[in-house]
Amino acid sequence: MAAKRRAHAPAFAALGDETRLSLVAKLSGGQPRSISQLTKGSKLTRQAITKHLRVLESVGMVHSVRTGRESRFEFDPEPMEEMKKYLDLVSEQWDQALSRLKSFVEN
Amino acid sequence: MEDRIEKRIELKAPVSRVWRALTDHREFGEWFRVKLDGPFVPGQVSRGQITYPGYEHVKWEAVVQKMEPERLFSFTWKVDPKIDPNETPTLVELRLEKTASGTLLLLTESGFDKIPGGRGLEAFRQNDGGWTEQMKNIESYVAQKS
Repeated sequence: MAAKRRAHAPAFAALGDETRLSLVAKLSGGQPRSISQLTKGSKLTRQAITKHLRVLESVGMVHSVRTGRESRFEFDPEPMEEMKKYLDLVSEQWDQALSRLKSFVEN
Repeated sequence: MEDRIEKRIELKAPVSRVWRALTDHREFGEWFRVKLDGPFVPGQVSRGQITYPGYEHVKWEAVVQKMEPERLFSFTWKVDPKIDPNETPTLVELRLEKTASGTLLLLTESGFDKIPGGRGLEAFRQNDGGWTEQMKNIESYVAQKS
């Protein structure tokens, strides 16, 4: 359980919001989308959507790419893969600690 | 992807034995591989030094939350507060249940999403359905890519 813990909390927290989660889900299809496309079908304003996109951008989960006059946002799976790796590591450390506990109490 | 870790393990030992291994700080230190400065007391900070080979320089710091005899032991912890003082601790809960052959130990570690001022774990709980569903989409996407 001793491995160095990394500051993944912001990435987890970025996903702890329904709007951002749905934005990530839309973008995880792989196709970059414009703010208009992302605002469509949502009750939120462009401004609100933009704000949420900036939060996701700040943790590296989305990047904006400019095409002509328009910004499009695309999904970057890396931070999420990092989060998954991190949880897998913590999980594995618990498996090891619990197996040591098992031999400790059963002997 | 989950925001928490859950484990269950069957131990062929009585609940009282497992309880002691979890809550006696010397016994805890044996299997967890940490040398603790003193006993666990609810509401108090527990400090120590990791003894896991290769990590002996790492400090242990936790706050004991609950000690309900033979039922629940919980603490919040950070592995090394010196590495990242702003890191928010996660919550570890160890629950015991008596079984025919001994003890069932249920472990959860949660709070990976917490940041000061953030919506925290509650937000995840409230969104559980949506979260799980969305994570499936995202995960299958990530799986395709790798």
